[in-house]
Amino acid sequence: MIDVVILFFLLGLFAGLARSELKLPAELYDSLSIFLLLAIGLKGGEGLATQALGPLVPQLFAVIALGVLQTLLGFFLLARIGRLARADAASLAAHYGSVSVATFAVGANWLISRDIAFEPQMAIFLAVMEVPAILVGIVLARGLRKDTDWKGLAHESFLGKGVTLLLGGMAIGWIAGPEGLQPIKGLFHDLFKGALALFLLEMGLIVSRQTGEIRRRGAFIVGFGVAMPMLSACLGLACGALLGLSVGGMTLLATLAASASYIAVPATMRIAVPEANPALSLAAVLGVTFPLNILVGIPFYHQLALKLTGAMS
Amino acid sequence: MTELEKRTLLTIITEAALETRLMRDFTLHGIRGFTISDARGKGGRGVRDASWQEAANIRIEVICPRSQAESLLAHLQATYYRDYAMIGFLHDVEVLRPEKF
Repeated sequence: MIDVVILFFLLGLFAGLARSELKLPAELYDSLSIFLLLAIGLKGGEGLATQALGPLVPQLFAVIALGVLQTLLGFFLLARIGRLARADAASLAAHYGSVSVATFAVGANWLISRDIAFEPQMAIFLAVMEVPAILVGIVLARGLRKDTDWKGLAHESFLGKGVTLLLGGMAIGWIAGPEGLQPIKGLFHDLFKGALALFLLEMGLIVSRQTGEIRRRGAFIVGFGVAMPMLSACLGLACGALLGLSVGGMTLLATLAASASYIAVPATMRIAVPEANPALSLAAVLGVTFPLNILVGIPFYHQLALKLTGAMS
Repeated sequence: MTELEKRTLLTIITEAALETRLMRDFTLHGIRGFTISDARGKGGRGVRDASWQEAANIRIEVICPRSQAESLLAHLQATYYRDYAMIGFLHDVEVLRPEKF
């Protein structure tokens, strides 16, 4: 049975493709993304309150390495095989090395609906994996030039909306603990699926607008948009297995690895690597990879995680 | 009514992503005041319908002496025109309280 939130995505996609008059206010999209980031952060923080934090440190380094590796792999494929210009290859690779909160939310929702448990630190992984790809992407595009405003870029990357709200929500959840969070559960827990559904309706509309660019670029964008998340998911599964995550955790780490950023990375790349074509990246990320992940990717990664754990035990 | 004096209105329409950088440029060029509003439209870089951040435009209006407006416009052309969706144009306007501009 297809998840109900996915039906909202399909409605948005259909409405957009059919050129319906439907348009959601930009403020709603912003508000919902703030809500989702906080809700994911709170849930992760709540889980972390019940366990020791020390063992997490090496895990964080592992997922940072995963993000860096994905960016380098993407750059190699795009520059060598795709023969893209250096700036375009670096920018697109950074998108795929980073992560998408919406994809994570759909993956978490998929697991929760099926009563499959996953580790609370997944929310930290989400926050941590957003940034390294951006920095690697900028170095790949520009080299280590002296005139790069690293301070400004670091400020923008580490204190952007996504990381601030995720880590902030996690801190609140961790300090308050399950009992302290009780009074706000009605909003952040019970309404999560409804908010995700509305958010995905807008995502469907956004995705539908990418069709023009996909038609212009054709097979290359589709090929990379499909192949890259599959490679990344395998790296994510391997990383999850090394860290000893549960099947749910491995599925979600594979989903994170396979996902590609369409908020934090495009905004930073636009400023840091202006010569890269933003339409190319968004068409691949939104037009191909995002729908692929939420429609077929997540169940597929779960199957792979089951096979891998079965083979290891 | 006190005397009206001539000033130049510089209007810039560009990507919302540039807002912070442009504010910094304005300060460096000695601009004392400006107005920013959200905008949407269509042009050489496709539809910019402001439906979400990546497709959002802003319109900036600056009133200042002609020479300052021209040097700022030249700076924008040299720095941003190649890679960003941006247009800028000048208008003659008449203002009260010219010392403000």
